[in-house]
Amino acid sequence: MKLRALVPIIYILFLMLPIYWLVAMSLKTTNEILGGFSLFPQKWTLESYRTIFTDPSWYWGYINSIAYVSLNTVISLAAALPAAYAFSRYTFLGDKHLFFWLLTNRMAPAAVFALPFFQLYSSVGIFDTYLAVALAHCLFNIPLAVWILEGFMSGVPKELDETAYVDGYSFPAFFIKIFVPTIKAGIGVAAFFCFMFSWVELLLAKTLTAVAAKPIAAVMTKTSSSAGFELGLLAAAGVLTIIPGAIVIYFVRNYIAKGFALGRV
Amino acid sequence: MKTQNQKGWLFVLPVLILVAFNALIPLMTVVNYSVQETFGNNLFFWQGLDWFEQVLRSERFHGALGRQAMFTGIILAVEIPLGVAIALAMPRSGPWVSVCLVLMALPLLIPWNVVGAMWNIFTLPDIGLAGYTLNTVLGIDYDMTQSPFAAWATIITMDVWHWTSLVVLLAYAGIISIPDAYYQAAKIDGASSWAVFRHIQLPKMKRVLTIAVLLRFMDSFNIYTEPFVLTGGGPGNSTTLLSIDLVKTALGQFDLGPAAAMSLIYFAVTLLVSWLFYTIMMRDEE
Repeated sequence: MKLRALVPIIYILFLMLPIYWLVAMSLKTTNEILGGFSLFPQKWTLESYRTIFTDPSWYWGYINSIAYVSLNTVISLAAALPAAYAFSRYTFLGDKHLFFWLLTNRMAPAAVFALPFFQLYSSVGIFDTYLAVALAHCLFNIPLAVWILEGFMSGVPKELDETAYVDGYSFPAFFIKIFVPTIKAGIGVAAFFCFMFSWVELLLAKTLTAVAAKPIAAVMTKTSSSAGFELGLLAAAGVLTIIPGAIVIYFVRNYIAKGFALGRV
Repeated sequence: MKTQNQKGWLFVLPVLILVAFNALIPLMTVVNYSVQETFGNNLFFWQGLDWFEQVLRSERFHGALGRQAMFTGIILAVEIPLGVAIALAMPRSGPWVSVCLVLMALPLLIPWNVVGAMWNIFTLPDIGLAGYTLNTVLGIDYDMTQSPFAAWATIITMDVWHWTSLVVLLAYAGIISIPDAYYQAAKIDGASSWAVFRHIQLPKMKRVLTIAVLLRFMDSFNIYTEPFVLTGGGPGNSTTLLSIDLVKTALGQFDLGPAAAMSLIYFAVTLLVSWLFYTIMMRDEE
């Protein structure tokens, strides 16, 4: 019995090791990093973090990333909510095929779409804007959001809809005032997954931006290649990219496991 | 019972427009490139299916596809059983559940290039924790810029580190949805813990595990950023997976025709495998 309890602990330790190393590196001075191996920082320094918070080319990367990720989450949810409702409540011509086709878009390799996306978004004139990245990430986030929301909505009895009509609610009023609050856990889970997949994606985000909307991840790749061996700075930037995700996951911790269990497919 | 109602299409319309804009137009662009030759200046010549033939016959494509299949095969064989085992060992209730879930989900939320950079720093032979331990403490010669084996071991460990938690979360969701009555019945029957796993937990997890395998298959088959940052496809070509090879062809050499043909073959392989697996797993349902 005790042996069993050890399994998750060992696994979590394994997960924490590289993260610990990243944090340790971010707190070391450049001299110490290049000087050789040390398990703990000998001389603590927040110099790397100070650089990031004072240099606009660094901190704007974070603002840009958060901006397009939030925009993508809003668009994905706004479009996915009515669609998921339709899939959970109505049958209509071709619904099953449509559902499967939506999911196939998750299978498209981002590398395949990088160049066409660049051309498409340049031609409609929104290259290097938050909107471009947010729309591009809809490709894989909308199918996922529809799928998760549909699972949650199917768990709500149809009587709720019918009672609301009897009580004289119009459809939009019912949807916004009654239905959405009922499935707020599902919306939370869907928002979490949209946030997650938009936040971690780099290839499309990097292809679709140049200067104005450049994500933090792209700032990092550029810095590491041009400035040579600034490992401490790179590590500090990496640590800071983990924090937003950690905050979001803390809020939805009780729902993550449930989100997938309820989904169909 | 669901209502038969064509109004459903109206509700689906925004999703349809957004996804079609993102999926169909670029896909048509790729198809367009795949049958033409270009020398720049927007001059295109009809090429027919030549690119497809060329890609399907090229050893470079076979090599990349083989490496990709090997990578995906290995990580599925490691992550799925490992994820299930960890999910089974997790507490079912209590304060530790949230702590475990939050900590385990952490790697999933790290940007992919940061994952690559993090593992790069972690495995540097002289100053990385893992690299130093292997080389100096354990005396194993480890340098992934030199040895293809070390590079492979590193990208696989990295992927296991990165994605096993997704399998754990899904499997765990399946396990906690099993009512207590099932376990009590099994206890009365004197079932062994293997029998409980084989006849109660595994069938109940079938659906979420199907999703887990599908997601891991699709995502690992499309993997690009992490191995690119970590190894750059090297040493030599030893870790050049499909997406890395594709980006090299399309953006590095600007061979749009062959790259487009390769994209379509790549996409078709992913679709076919996913569809086959999905159909087989869902055969006995409904």
